Formats: sequence, structure tokens, C-alpha cells
Amino acid sequence: MSAPPRLDAPLPQPASSTAMLRTLGLVAGLCGILIVSAYQGTQEAVTANRKIALERAVFQIIPGAQRVDEYFATRGGLVPAQGNVPDGAVKFYAAYDTAGKLRGIAAEGAARGYADTVRVLYAYDPVRRVINGMGVIYMRETPGIGDKIATDSAFLRNFQALDASLGADPQTLANTIRVVKQGSKQHPWEIDAISGATITSKAVGRGINDSAGRLLPLLVPHLASLKEAR
Amino acid sequence: MSLPGPKPRSNLEELLEGIWKQNPVFIMMLGMCPTLAVSVSAVNALSMGLATGFVLSGSTLLVSLIRNIVPREVRIATYILIIATFVTVVDYLIQAISLAIYEALGAFIQLIVVNCIILGRAEAHAARNPPLRALLNALGMSMGFTIGLLALGAVREILGAGKLFGISLFGPDFQPWVVMMLPPGGFFVLGAWLLFFNWFNRRKTPVASDKPAQGHAHV
Repeated sequence: MSAPPRLDAPLPQPASSTAMLRTLGLVAGLCGILIVSAYQGTQEAVTANRKIALERAVFQIIPGAQRVDEYFATRGGLVPAQGNVPDGAVKFYAAYDTAGKLRGIAAEGAARGYADTVRVLYAYDPVRRVINGMGVIYMRETPGIGDKIATDSAFLRNFQALDASLGADPQTLANTIRVVKQGSKQHPWEIDAISGATITSKAVGRGINDSAGRLLPLLVPHLASLKEAR
Repeated sequence: MSLPGPKPRSNLEELLEGIWKQNPVFIMMLGMCPTLAVSVSAVNALSMGLATGFVLSGSTLLVSLIRNIVPREVRIATYILIIATFVTVVDYLIQAISLAIYEALGAFIQLIVVNCIILGRAEAHAARNPPLRALLNALGMSMGFTIGLLALGAVREILGAGKLFGISLFGPDFQPWVVMMLPPGGFFVLGAWLLFFNWFNRRKTPVASDKPAQGHAHV
């Protein structure tokens, strides 16, 4: 405990500019060393964790997949992913089985939901040209209502064969993937919403439509180059 | 002339202060933002408590170690720099330990930097006390904060999801009390705990029967 204050004690002398600069410089240098050491020390574990989380998410929506390669779909073709996503490119994941055969493509879609952005990972079947799986990566939707998008079996059935074929103009999807009122789905590119969780359901549909609309025109012409694992 | 000061506290009293007498959540009511926001489950609450405890203990120790060379004109800037450093370190550590917890806690990890318990302890305690006392006090405050968060998180998870630490307690027929997982649930449970703490403290402090009771509400 500090000594009790003395009422007749003289006021402390103001510190010199040199002392202030010296202290701030010293502390900043020390903090810099701590931060860089922590970054360097944890980087390997963080990268490994991210890879495990990604593989787990991809394996969940693409049955039979055993390994995942990351790619960028660019206007010039498909390139292995490294660093930041280049302008105009879309990141996706190619999933392969133990024999190295392509089992499916996974990509991320995101759209604003009820409480926050809903981020989903969807699977694309390059043979049938449909979206055949969906998993939620991040959401803060209302428990018991919006968060049903991850568990509601009727809603998840929408993603068994959701049409995502390209149109006559190969730069766009043939049909916009859209969410319709529960029970009114008529076309294979429509998603039946969850009753009471329409905003969240629509976020899933919008996220997938936007992402597939950007990815598939860049990806489909070069699918042949992905048939075997790299 | 000098004023009579309070009796110096023992090391044990220093440690226990934050756990009960000056509990940051239930008595001082500091750091309410993460307390209410991340206490939807016991795991989140525990993780947040430990992360805040790491920052509190680390920054307190460093502030105390350099307390004699820091001019008072730049002390706040120095403390904030130190606190921000420990928050960045804990941010990397949580990412390295578990990405699931990192996602669950979200921006509240970075927001530890503005948790007023930490700057408050640096300014009010660590800057005036030797490292051992400062560290003991910080550890006590960290434990008090973690206990506070756990008290909220456990109740909210049990009532709102029928689970504790992710383990189902009541079987599949349990109908979750969803509001407990939502922001109002945080206020309900916090209010109930504050009621308990105030009732308990008043019970311990006898009030003279011929005088009306003095209000002690900390809210």
C-alpha cells in the first residue's frame, strides 16, 4: 500500500520532454517486441487451426472428401491460392478423395442476416452442375429461430440439388437462386424459406447466389484442370 | 501533517479483494459490456474471463515494474500501450488455441482493451504498488471477473439451452428458455445475481434497529 498523502508536500516537478520521450520510446519498443514474438510464436498453430477448421467444414458438406486444395478462380484461369485474393478473383476449395479424384467444389457465400452477416459454405457438384450441400460457418442469428438454418432438415433438403447451371450467356447463372415462402418452391433453383426465419433464410440464398454468380462463370470453363489433385 | 491512512492489506487480503469484497462484476459493476454479451454459455464466459485475466495480470505487472520511471504526464498513454499489447498477444493466443472460441468471442476479444477494470486497476493500484502486491490484486480481480462471468454464463446456458459446458442436462425433451440466450436474458440473470449479492451483503451488515435502513444499491 502507498504512504498516505501529505497535505504540505510540494507539487511534483513536471517531467522533462526527454524523460517523457524516453519512457514512451522504451515502452513502445518493449511492446513491439512482445507483439512480434507472440505473432511469430503462434503463427504456425493458427495456420494449422485454420486448415483443420476449413477441412472439417468442407468434409461435412462433401462426403468422401479426404483432402482440400485452395484455389483462386481468375479471369485468366485457376491458380493455387496464395496470399490475398486478387481483384476480380474468387476463392474456392477443390475437395478430393483418397484416390485423388475430384469429389466437389466448395466456396463461401455471405450476406447480411437478421443480427449480423451470415457466412455459409456451399458444395458445388461439377458433374450435375448443382449445389448439393450447405453448412453455416458463422452466424449470430436468434437462437431457436434464425439459427435453424444450420439444423432444420426441411431447409437443408433445399441444398441436395439446387440448380446452379450457367445460362446461354456463360457469364451469369441461368436462373437467380432465390428464396421463396415456405411451401411455394416450384423450380429447382428456388429455396423454401423457414417459416418465421425468412430474413435469415434469404441471407443464405442471397449469399449463395452472389458467390456462385461470381465463381461459376470463372470456374466452369476450367473444370477439367481440377479433375486430379495437384 | 499527514492524514491517517488505511491499514495496509496482507497479501491474502490483496488477492481476495477482487474475488468478493470488490468483485468487478457484482460489486464494482465494471466491464459490463463483455459480461452481458459473451455470457451465453459457460465456455464462452470462462474463455473471456481467462483472456481478460491474462491481460489484467500481464499489464498490471508491467505497469507496476515501470511505475517509478513513468512520468505522470504520459502515464495513461503508457498504460494504454501496454494494455493494447497484451490484448494483441491474447488475441493471437486464442486463435492458436481454438478458432471456435475465437469466433464465439468475436470482437469482444479486441474490446478487452477498453475494459475499464484493466485501466482502472493500472491507474488505481498497479501504479502505486510493488509488483507482487499488484499481481496478487490483479489475479484476485481476474478470478472475481471470471467467477462473475461464469455465474452468468452457467445460468444462461442451463436455462437457455439445457446444457452446461455443452453437456446436455435434461435430455432431448427439454424445452429451452430461449430468451435467456438473448440480450434480455443477460440483464435478467445479472439482475438476479445483483439482488442476491445485495441481499447477502445487507444480511451480513446489521442495521441499527432504530434507524431506517440506508440504501446500498450499487446499480
